[in-house]
Amino acid sequence: MIRRTIGFVDSRSGAAPFLTKALRYLFPDHWSFLLGEVALYAFIVLVATGVYLTLYFEPSLGETVYHGSYAPLRGMEMSEAYRSVVDISFDVRAGLLIRQTHHWAANVFVAAVVLHLLRIFFTGAFRKPREGTYLVGLLMLMVTLPEGYLGYSMVDDLLSGMGLAIGYAVAESVPFVGGNLALLLWGGPYPGHAAFESRMYITHVFILPVLIATLIALHLTLVASRHHTQFRRTRRQSERKLLGVPMFPGQAPRSLGLMSCVAAVLFLLGGLVQINPIWQWGPYDVAQSTNGAQPDWYLGWLIGALRLVPGFDLKIGDYTLVPNPFWGGALFPLLVFVVLGAYPWVERRISGDRSYHNALDRPRDAPGRTAFGAAFLAWVLVVFFAGSMDRAVVAFGLSYAAQVWIYRAALVVLPPLIFFVVRRICRELQRSEQVEQEQHRAEAEARAARA
Amino acid sequence: MRRLLAALLLWLAGGRRKRREAEEERERIVAPAPKAPAAELVVVGLLFCAAAAAVAFIVFYAIDGLRGHTQWFGLAFGGSLGFLGAALIVWSKKLVPVEEIEENYPEPEHPEEQEALHRIVRESGSPVTRKGLLTAAATAAGGALGLAALTPAVSLGPVFDTSSLYGTPWRRGRRLVDQDGKPLRVDDIAEATFYTAYPEGASQDTVGAPLVVVRIPAGEMALPADRVDWAVEGIVAYSKICTHAACAVSLYRKPLFPPTAPRPALVCPCHYSTFDPARAGKVLFGPAGRALPQLPLRADRRGFLRAAGNFSGPVGPSWSGVRTKGARS
Repeated sequence: MIRRTIGFVDSRSGAAPFLTKALRYLFPDHWSFLLGEVALYAFIVLVATGVYLTLYFEPSLGETVYHGSYAPLRGMEMSEAYRSVVDISFDVRAGLLIRQTHHWAANVFVAAVVLHLLRIFFTGAFRKPREGTYLVGLLMLMVTLPEGYLGYSMVDDLLSGMGLAIGYAVAESVPFVGGNLALLLWGGPYPGHAAFESRMYITHVFILPVLIATLIALHLTLVASRHHTQFRRTRRQSERKLLGVPMFPGQAPRSLGLMSCVAAVLFLLGGLVQINPIWQWGPYDVAQSTNGAQPDWYLGWLIGALRLVPGFDLKIGDYTLVPNPFWGGALFPLLVFVVLGAYPWVERRISGDRSYHNALDRPRDAPGRTAFGAAFLAWVLVVFFAGSMDRAVVAFGLSYAAQVWIYRAALVVLPPLIFFVVRRICRELQRSEQVEQEQHRAEAEARAARA
Repeated sequence: MRRLLAALLLWLAGGRRKRREAEEERERIVAPAPKAPAAELVVVGLLFCAAAAAVAFIVFYAIDGLRGHTQWFGLAFGGSLGFLGAALIVWSKKLVPVEEIEENYPEPEHPEEQEALHRIVRESGSPVTRKGLLTAAATAAGGALGLAALTPAVSLGPVFDTSSLYGTPWRRGRRLVDQDGKPLRVDDIAEATFYTAYPEGASQDTVGAPLVVVRIPAGEMALPADRVDWAVEGIVAYSKICTHAACAVSLYRKPLFPPTAPRPALVCPCHYSTFDPARAGKVLFGPAGRALPQLPLRADRRGFLRAAGNFSGPVGPSWSGVRTKGARS
């Protein structure tokens, strides 16, 4: 049976040599190499649940009155979009499971991508010949953020409307073209043309997912063509020699097991842990907003930046050149991505190391990179946590105004401090390793001399 | 029935293995591994559990009026996937030959192919005599075609005319109404709370429409000299849309505890821009770059609140290029 299937496939496609190679493709073994796979499998869950959701979601701002089974909203005027998502939550069987799983999967997807990026960064996996793979991955993260934002924005509940208002203000704040850009995207002054809903919808369910899928394909092709990086765990591994488990039968059940477990966790979260209960927020209205609103976690750094920037518009007389939201909402994320994107070339410039690298560094092996990475991460994390200043007021009774100044100070003080501390730790770890090695050598020599 | 059971037992005991083993006596590609019948049974058990949980999902789905159905759906479907994952992981740990194989990394570069590619490109272009001119022409064609392809996107919105961003539905004489269209009277407005008002007979769903209306206690009002007559008996009105990022200014901080609390302020809950309603909407705190636009008010003879003109400046967040004086009707 197996032989006949193989014969059929090979004679029609000529794929046998390729498949033989593919089945014996080697995967080096380390737990941290699974982070990228977690992201991939969360993406698969996103596509699967997302397809179900499109069958019920109505991307329309047309006015309607709610008559569904959720009593508190009955008789309320709302958009078709919001009504259809309330219906998915209450009147479509298993609809809430699928919706919540979709939302959880989005949060986990971005988290896995970010952790994967950190792993790549701190082990130097981005070095030649893998800069392209790294850039494609970074681009994917950049596409993922608007993809998630649009997903919860097109629901047209109160929170999504508040998020869109901020997005509109950031679009308007782009120097010189901001007003034109916002009018183009929204189709008119905020809240925009009714067609804006369809624009969000097609972008969320088609344009960006196809882009992400294409980037994933490119990413994996590049990974496979250069093969995986590896840690030097044994003497058999080197820059030229790869040691790993073959795709089949070693890696396949392991990876499929991971896929099932990721999906299991996402569906358990979707069924048991409530996320974004939109029926509690109510429909959006430009004249309404609510206190204590927070975006999904992966946009927390942007709300933090918007809150930390001092209150000024850059004006020339009566003419506003750069409105305030630009600094935190556009320039800050752009700067972060530019720094990350340029880093492989900057490091090569500084270290002068232009050779090929297949073996990974441990963080301590490259103290400069690790220290810079930790400092940069701390810088972004300070802004990220500043996004929850209003929650800290409620939880710990800290004054909001005082927190603003503490965070601004931390932005200046913390990164250099962390840079020097981390670099020192890395160097000490290296030194203690040298001492240990010398000790072992001396003991071995002593033993040899006695014998 | 008994013969069927016997066959099943034989199958479970691995009776068909003999023939296959004979085949595998030849030189192997995959490393050999010891048999692990116990692990095999664990995998079988887990797979049956996965099947049972999946069936449970279908059963739950079919039950009408199941209490806590979302939780049961999640438990059953997630549980099924969890069992499947566990089965695959036990499989990978116990039933897969341990193979760690060495292999050389692919050659990073292919100098011969690089040279060949270079020659193919160069030699293919040998008939060309005016390289610069051709490049310029091709760039012109490609660029113009790309521009033409993008042109229809201009229809997405009034991209070249930003004047609509200044527009508001307010004009002299327009009455202030509440969300349901009921006109607001001077007597309706109490101190220490705020009201949302809209222009009578206009859409409420634009950033130019909503107002926040408050009554400032006597003696606390400090409007600039040119706006002293914009208030009616201490009542002032401002655009409800924050000048920072377009959220609705929907918090009114009023001094509940006079000795310690600061004076009344309008606060936007998105980034906590804070405006002073007694001082022409001046920014007290937060990232907003300019004051809340104020709407001049007057009362008619019957005590209804009316606009006495348009806002003091453009409503909503600033855009690049906005001139901050004057809104247009």
